[in-house]
Amino acid sequence: MKVSAIITLKKDVLDPQGKVIHQALDGMGFENISEVRQGKYFEIDVNEDDPSKAKAVVEDMCKKLLANLVIENFKIIETQ
Amino acid sequence: MKSSVITFPGSNCDRDMDVALKKFGFNNKMVWHDDNELPKSDLVVLPGGFSYGDYLRCGSMASKSKIMQSVINFAKSGGLVMGICNGFQILVETGLVPGVLLRNKYLEFICKNVFVKLDNKENTYFKNLNKDVLEFHIAHNEGNYFCTKDQLKEIKDNNQIAIYYCNSEGKIEDQYNPNGSIKNIAGIFNKEKNVLGMMPHPERMIDQSLSGEDGSIFFKNLINNIK
Repeated sequence: MKVSAIITLKKDVLDPQGKVIHQALDGMGFENISEVRQGKYFEIDVNEDDPSKAKAVVEDMCKKLLANLVIENFKIIETQ
Repeated sequence: MKSSVITFPGSNCDRDMDVALKKFGFNNKMVWHDDNELPKSDLVVLPGGFSYGDYLRCGSMASKSKIMQSVINFAKSGGLVMGICNGFQILVETGLVPGVLLRNKYLEFICKNVFVKLDNKENTYFKNLNKDVLEFHIAHNEGNYFCTKDQLKEIKDNNQIAIYYCNSEGKIEDQYNPNGSIKNIAGIFNKEKNVLGMMPHPERMIDQSLSGEDGSIFFKNLINNIK
């Protein structure tokens, strides 16, 4: 079963890459933007048929490795 | 005095550290990341470099490698563990020292000499040093120290800030902050002060003809403090 996780920076953490991307977009004419925040996306194929078990495994992975909870939040976003 | 330097895939300051430690009298052993047990050591060093290609987050993969459980146990039993640059990033990922290291504020790889001010000499690393400001070298892309407000209060209350970026006179101001680190922090201790993580490289300042001698002062003092 495929489970996806999105890792995003917490609100008060500086995101210089997001800022530069924002500036570039602005320069390209995308002026209607107030902020850009960059994050990470993982697609993990878990050998597990039970969706809640598969999600729980990925949640554990996020807590232990994929995300650093001092600066990042994670969200398990979909299962297939 | 026995020391161990851990080599991870992608470490590139491990041999410099080996040279520095031996020069000042340590009997140093190189330890591979895939080993299970640390040799008997008075000091363990996590060196600089780009362990695991800086994948995911700098230091995150190295912090989960086999040898690290032994390093963590050693640190928790009071053993001296020093992480330099990527080693500092590995230490924060293990949770042995608080906070994280983000991309440098202006997205530049910084490679230059800096001055750092010692904040706390009541520890094995800096005790008896007759200087308060040292000139070390930095070379990093992710050295922008960050922690939560609660963590900052805690590390201040416990005197865990080891060194600050400053000028040659020891002035700690924004303009001497190379990477955007919160409060100009360049290095941090754990609560017990036996674990030290810092971005600057003392091992690059051990020869006057190459760079400077402040690293020599640091290492000579360190081995005397451990004896």
